[in-house]
Amino acid sequence: MPNTKHLEDLTIQVRRDILRMVHKVNSGHPGGSLGCTEFLVSLYNEIMERKEGFDMDGIGEDLFFLSNGHISPVFYSVISRAGYFPVEELNTFRLLNSRLQGHPTTHEGLPGVRIASGSLGQGMSVALGAAQAKKLNGDKHLVYTLHGDGELQEGQNWEAIMYAAAKKVDNIISTIDLNGQQIDGSTDEVLPMGSIKAKFEAFGWVVVEIEEGNNIDAILKGMAEAKSKTGKGKPVCVLLKTIMGHGVDFMMYTHAWHGKAPNDEQLAKGLAQNPETLGDY
Amino acid sequence: MEGLGRLMKTYTYTEKKDTRSGFGAGLAELGRTNPNVVALCADLIGSLKMEKFIEENPERFFQIGIAEANMMGIAAGLTIGGKIPFTGTFANFSTGRVYDQIRQSIAYSDKNVKICASHAGLTLGEDGATHQILEDIGLMKMLPGMTVINTCDYNQTKAATIAIAAHHGPVYLRFGRPVVPIFTPEDQKFEIGKAVMLTEGTDVTIVATGHLVWEALEASKVLFEKGITAEVINIHTIKPLDEEAILKSVAKTGCIVTAEEHNYLGGLGESVARVLALNNPTPQEFVATNDTFGESGTPAQLMDKYGLNSAAIVEKALNVIKRK
Repeated sequence: MPNTKHLEDLTIQVRRDILRMVHKVNSGHPGGSLGCTEFLVSLYNEIMERKEGFDMDGIGEDLFFLSNGHISPVFYSVISRAGYFPVEELNTFRLLNSRLQGHPTTHEGLPGVRIASGSLGQGMSVALGAAQAKKLNGDKHLVYTLHGDGELQEGQNWEAIMYAAAKKVDNIISTIDLNGQQIDGSTDEVLPMGSIKAKFEAFGWVVVEIEEGNNIDAILKGMAEAKSKTGKGKPVCVLLKTIMGHGVDFMMYTHAWHGKAPNDEQLAKGLAQNPETLGDY
Repeated sequence: MEGLGRLMKTYTYTEKKDTRSGFGAGLAELGRTNPNVVALCADLIGSLKMEKFIEENPERFFQIGIAEANMMGIAAGLTIGGKIPFTGTFANFSTGRVYDQIRQSIAYSDKNVKICASHAGLTLGEDGATHQILEDIGLMKMLPGMTVINTCDYNQTKAATIAIAAHHGPVYLRFGRPVVPIFTPEDQKFEIGKAVMLTEGTDVTIVATGHLVWEALEASKVLFEKGITAEVINIHTIKPLDEEAILKSVAKTGCIVTAEEHNYLGGLGESVARVLALNNPTPQEFVATNDTFGESGTPAQLMDKYGLNSAAIVEKALNVIKRK
């Protein structure tokens, strides 16, 4: 049985990291980060098979690609706490000369990052290349990705989605963060996308839905199901229904905190709702 | 011409071939010698001459379909796992169409992708300006870490294709559609960033790239008949530029003509002008397109109309000599 208590503790600690990181530099993207915290904590600590240390090629381990790079706060916190770099380095988020750039990049050599992302819609193509390299290398491990739902408005995704099914790239699990929000409002207000599930299915993917995307048990169960569907000739999509800003009450159910940092008072309030578990950086 | 041969190195050819076939031959050879080389194409296998590689290495070939953005991303991903991807499509679709994908997923991410671009420039011909990119050298050279190569004939394109597999980092390799004289040696050693001196001279330096290198050699013959010796340098690598070769030559000749099948904005000429401005301000003339789109026509008609031929090089050489 997975140690969900540890995952719960880690989730709370990561939430604290996110709030403190964006507060310190008064910039960054807390909303989507908080919504994906349970998912990324579960992915890195329970779902993925990872080697010790970091090498770019990642042969013999599962890989993860973050396509919606603006949720870098949660990504940095999770990978530092997974051991890729010292947690103290979270102090340098978005500062000059930092390896923790506003959006993730390989340019500064931060361990745990394999591609730059931030300009949206590019991550799935990259992940498909990595998945096909795994097949060429006879490496049975999987490639995981995460995308925003608003990000699916970028056309390159649909080139990639079409390609993945056509070429039977069945060693990829692409998760869509269905929080229904984007910068200018809800996805339905900005550009309604209809049924994302029907679209993926029409493109030839297997779709697994996780209704409670902020519930660790639901995530573990759903991702186990997704994993069981790999290797069967079809790419696998996970639709993860999340609440933007989850775990900080005043940030929930709104796009307002997509790219806005809390002030001192708001930080204190947010941290009070998430008491320290594993130690602040 | 007897005297010419005695005093000046001349170049002849017995065969003409397209540079894209040089790419196809180089890729096929890499397929046999380097198991990490993989190839991707966006529905232009025949145009890019990739058939041999595909026939011999079907498992290492990825047909992407008409989806160049996806192709660039997949190429970036294939490097993660140790592959050396060569992408193939027209120069227009290799650069302008996918600039942000190249910028973020390849250049900024320092991925070992070789972007191989055919049908560059006006010599694409009848398809017209939608397909004739004259801005690609500029787009690619502006990307930090990108190596930019524009080859002049079949042999050099083949040699360059093989050489870039051994270079770690993103490369833009530009070549073309029409058949052109083969005048560089089959067994040449291709050194990225190293200019090739073709003729020595003391009156004017002509620095040319791609299809204009042969035109520069033709121009040098005309100039020689007028009593002018031109130093013709084949700059196959625009970035990193062989600054030393250029500076050494202009120290001798005191003036320079740059020649390329590209807009003067963003092209080889501008890179050369910067080197000269910083080190040794020298009169320079540009053989390049003049901030314009192309149009339909045969390659030869277009090169004549837009002043990308030996006659234009001769004219600019005579002008620049007067400015010394």
